[in-house]
Amino acid sequence: MTLILESVTKRVGPETHIRDVSLALPKGSLNVLLGQTLAGKTTLMRLMAGLEAPSEGRILADGKDVTGLPVQRRNVAMVYQQFINYPSLSVYENIASPMRVAGVARAEIEARVQEAAALLRLAPYLKRKPLELSGGQQQRTAIARALCKRADLVLMDEPLANLDYKLREELREELPRIFAATGAIFVYATTEPAEALMLGGRTATLHQGRVTQVGPTPDVYRRPDDLITAKVFSDPPLNTLSVLKAGGRVTLPTGGQVRATGTLATVPDGAYTIGFRAHHLALDPLPVEAIALPATVSVAEITGSESFVHIDAGESRLIALVAGVRRLEPGTAVTAWLDPRHALVFDAAGRTAAFDLPAAA
Amino acid sequence: MRPRHVVMTLYLLFLMVPIYWLVNMSLKTNQEINSGMTLWPHAITFDNYIRIFTDPSWYGGYLNSLSYVAINTVLSIGLALPAAYAFSRYSFIGDKHLFFWLLSNRMAPPAVFALPFFNLYSAVGLFDTPWAVALAHCLFNVPLAVWILEGFMSGVPREIDETAAIDGYSFPRFFVKIFMPLIASGIGVAAFFCFMFSWVELLLARTLTSVDAKPIAATMTRTVSAAGMDWGLLAAAGVLTIVPGALVIWFVRNYIAKGFALGRV
Repeated sequence: MTLILESVTKRVGPETHIRDVSLALPKGSLNVLLGQTLAGKTTLMRLMAGLEAPSEGRILADGKDVTGLPVQRRNVAMVYQQFINYPSLSVYENIASPMRVAGVARAEIEARVQEAAALLRLAPYLKRKPLELSGGQQQRTAIARALCKRADLVLMDEPLANLDYKLREELREELPRIFAATGAIFVYATTEPAEALMLGGRTATLHQGRVTQVGPTPDVYRRPDDLITAKVFSDPPLNTLSVLKAGGRVTLPTGGQVRATGTLATVPDGAYTIGFRAHHLALDPLPVEAIALPATVSVAEITGSESFVHIDAGESRLIALVAGVRRLEPGTAVTAWLDPRHALVFDAAGRTAAFDLPAAA
Repeated sequence: MRPRHVVMTLYLLFLMVPIYWLVNMSLKTNQEINSGMTLWPHAITFDNYIRIFTDPSWYGGYLNSLSYVAINTVLSIGLALPAAYAFSRYSFIGDKHLFFWLLSNRMAPPAVFALPFFNLYSAVGLFDTPWAVALAHCLFNVPLAVWILEGFMSGVPREIDETAAIDGYSFPRFFVKIFMPLIASGIGVAAFFCFMFSWVELLLARTLTSVDAKPIAATMTRTVSAAGMDWGLLAAAGVLTIVPGALVIWFVRNYIAKGFALGRV
């Protein structure tokens, strides 16, 4: 099945939850919906599923208009962030439930449930009730139910958000593989840029109900169309600085001027916002010509192999990612180094004027 | 026994005294009851109970009461289930006001409605049938059941409804197969409250019946023979009236507290 959304808008009372979204999801594709909480990811998925009807626009499945078709008559499966199973049914019956409704033969149900249970390592727990399982097992039950159904469209709404770290790693790797084999359209909503990058496929970034950009995940990450997309696709938050370029020189908000190099060299004179991710800001001198920013340390978050150092440079709060454990007392004066080849340049309207240059260039 | 247990024991004794005295009386002869105070029956007799179970005018009263209580409980729960689901899952114009207004129905004393019901039922030929009492009690029990069930239903995540729809369940099938088992304890508690109200309510039940559908409580108050009050028989009838309530309470004992909080604990 190919799913097409044509200028879909969803209004609830005076609020617009989804604003003029057009998307095409081909058969067997892996699609990531990336956006902050309340960006409209869940609403968009509910529209795709048919749980809600759009206020405007059409939804087409294989060219057929399914806009008003109730969810029971569409072949979709959905997994929620909360672990949703039927508490009164056993794990086996939970997984079998959509097939029982569809009238699948008993032997076929048995085979599919056993297959899914083996794949998701639920085989020892089939006789238990969902609430007697751990959170990860409960979510795997919900995933197994979605898998067995052989749906054309599989929607996963932050399915791993409530799981512990280790399990998330495992399932994140397995999920796309498991569903790729079924040929279904796989849609995965997440708030985390890292998760989108690990899943790959195509990403649509959402912000305040609008799709800001759609494309292959690494492309959207490296070449965002605008400042909003770049911000949505950055964790820790995108560092930004307002600069003024005139005659080959760039005036920094921290005071001082530098030669326009890297991406800044490619844009005409004018006022710009430059954006750069934490790992492109260093606290040690770089081997290339870099922009030096005098700053003071505000907080250092140590994760173990890396440290996120929050620094104040002039009016701006920036975050630098440095390797290893760096003990920096708040208030320490440091110099931050920005590699200008990796700076994204946005014009006054927030459109991208220059991309991150490939590292080799 | 430690001192702190004394108060509790005294309180329990205090609660048990009237019940004990009722059972005590029911096992005595009228002669013993009238001849002075005895703490336990000196000549135990089961004649009072035998009379109730063999005399149609007595056991008929129980059957009448049970029949309108059963009809009422089934009607109330049957009507309240869809209503509570609507209040729990949908928002519509005036839903909150309507929901509160439902409960305010319970705040009027039943006596207020005795006269209009009497007149109406006489006109449509429902007077002196179990249906008359059952329908009248619905006025009080449906709102209560809606409130209790709504509380229990709102404890079930909406995503379960949606998952069932996605899985292909039609609404009626989802409601019966998936949803009702999840709120089974709520249905039990709501049924218990309907049962109890209908079972102990006397005024409407008496007013809306005369001979054929006379409830047990009315039978008891109308039984004064030429020889005076039959104390032992009345006491036995009283004991038998307590039994069904005690039985029902046993089944829902673990959920009663949540029921009193209208399912909102």
